[in-house]
Amino acid sequence: MNSVIKGTGYILVHTPDMVMQNGTTQTTEKIVNPESEYLKAVPNNLRNFDTVVSYYPNQTYIGNITPDELANIEAPWYDKTAPDAKRYGKFGQIMPEEEFYILMQTCDVFDLVKLDKEFVAANKASFAANEIISEDIVARVNDGVEYAEIEAAVNNEHAEPLYVKEKLVGCIKRAHDIDVNLSAHVMLENIVAKASSVLALLHAVKNAGIQKSDVEYVLDCCEEAAGDMNQRGGCNFAKAAAEIAGLENASGADMRGFCAAPAHTIIAAASLVSSGAYNCVAVTSGGCTAKLGMNGKDHLKKGMPILEDMLGGFAVIITKNDGVNPEIDLSILGRHTVGTGSAPQNVITSLVQEPLQRNGMKITDIDRYSPEMQNPDITKPAGAGDVPLANYKMIGALAVKSGELDKADLKDFPAKHGLVGWAPTQGHIPSGVPYIGFACEDLMSGKIKNAMIIGKGSLFLGRMTNLFDGVSFVIHANTGAEEESSVSEETVRSLISSSLRDFANSLLSQED
Amino acid sequence: MDLENQKRVKELSEQYGPENIVVLLGAAEAEASGLAAETVTAGDPTFAGPLTGVQLGLQTYHVCEEIVKAEYDSAVYDEQVSMMEMVLDIDEITSEMKGIRDQYCKF
Repeated sequence: MNSVIKGTGYILVHTPDMVMQNGTTQTTEKIVNPESEYLKAVPNNLRNFDTVVSYYPNQTYIGNITPDELANIEAPWYDKTAPDAKRYGKFGQIMPEEEFYILMQTCDVFDLVKLDKEFVAANKASFAANEIISEDIVARVNDGVEYAEIEAAVNNEHAEPLYVKEKLVGCIKRAHDIDVNLSAHVMLENIVAKASSVLALLHAVKNAGIQKSDVEYVLDCCEEAAGDMNQRGGCNFAKAAAEIAGLENASGADMRGFCAAPAHTIIAAASLVSSGAYNCVAVTSGGCTAKLGMNGKDHLKKGMPILEDMLGGFAVIITKNDGVNPEIDLSILGRHTVGTGSAPQNVITSLVQEPLQRNGMKITDIDRYSPEMQNPDITKPAGAGDVPLANYKMIGALAVKSGELDKADLKDFPAKHGLVGWAPTQGHIPSGVPYIGFACEDLMSGKIKNAMIIGKGSLFLGRMTNLFDGVSFVIHANTGAEEESSVSEETVRSLISSSLRDFANSLLSQED
Repeated sequence: MDLENQKRVKELSEQYGPENIVVLLGAAEAEASGLAAETVTAGDPTFAGPLTGVQLGLQTYHVCEEIVKAEYDSAVYDEQVSMMEMVLDIDEITSEMKGIRDQYCKF
């Protein structure tokens, strides 16, 4: 039995001050070139909240503008304003930095996040008014502390400062005096990932139309690691986020695999549901502060604002086949194996062509591909080109090589089978999954019959292997409710009793 | 170029001599290829990595340049690179790489 995608949540958090404080391009620059012109220029080239809300790709990420509508807006998009832009969308929301700091405090169960009491007083009401934040989470907001306490923690105890418009409003304290795995820096990254995951989970549960109590298992696929010096990657962000999101009946675990992790994790979740182990599994991930402003130098050099000022998060709810929602087809899985090799040709063959051929399908039989969906506004000025477009050209070229597509039709392949990119460059966040929300809508409306989600990951970054990685899966329109099993419980019972009877009779006859 | 890769290129150049090193690139864009080529010839243009201010002047090519392609077994090249040849702007990449070599390559 295939599982179905019951709902999705997509969230963005605007974190302009974290660009300077926590993005590795900026923190590295502070070490190697502290007086650089770039560092001086960053604060004057950050976008305000209204600007990021009206940024076309962000409106697409939260569901207000479809990818096809976005494709009709001439790029670049950073100098344009989406009309009627809203911070809430059908998939999620764009959260401002102030609300997010309070959300981080509510997600902290070890009293590490300290917020200035005046800051809390000024922003608690807007946090409580957030459409998705439930009363139980609002009840976790504390009153905050004196400014002097925050200042002392930052100056004397290596706490990570939290700023709003360059004004100190809080900090994250270290969770251990010696253990680097519990340093303020690591705790900040982990609490950010947890809090943005909570936000995505809340939206996904709401959009799926289920109760929080329905979720039985949560799988997290973010790019952080939580643990101490004795188990650096112990993790379970999943269960930690589920606790705050109020998923009382859920257990959970984490999966990792660099940018490929979301696709790996959705396949695992679909398998857990298909096997009958769980009825409802949530896949979730929060965002990554380290990647904020990653290409900032190139953006400023080209007269653009810093566009990597958003944290991304997503969640997908996967349940038993309800006969309605789109199915995850586990028979068409693409795998980049140890022996595949890292040449792009081998990668695309293993992820796209091989699983399709195995199922008697051609590359052109898939209506829409969703590979690495990075926003080209961000990547092109940095010399990385249009990443989704490059993927579509590769998939199309492979179709030409294998005689499935005429070379003359190659130029039309990206527009016909592809999408423009709209996801922030948060590593795992753009990796295939941004389209799942829209794909479900397109499958339900009959606009498309299937879509392939492709996740790819650069494992060499961890210096454990030089191998590349990737997996893919296909989602298609629901084929109608399937019978759970071809053999009923009653039949099984009758078969067992008949066997036991035969066995007893044979024992009796032996005694005779 | 990734800071760790800069370090490795620098160490390999010191170990084997810069005249014995060829850096082969596979970037998908001319600009990205040019930046990597510049890093291993004129030094890190972003002033962030170990090759900042280090002018190694190494020989560097993109795998899709004709001069590199000629060195390969054609069957292997077809299997590993031909799809990307169809996709990449080879002329633009070749011109970018040649420009960097002409300007900064010492060997």
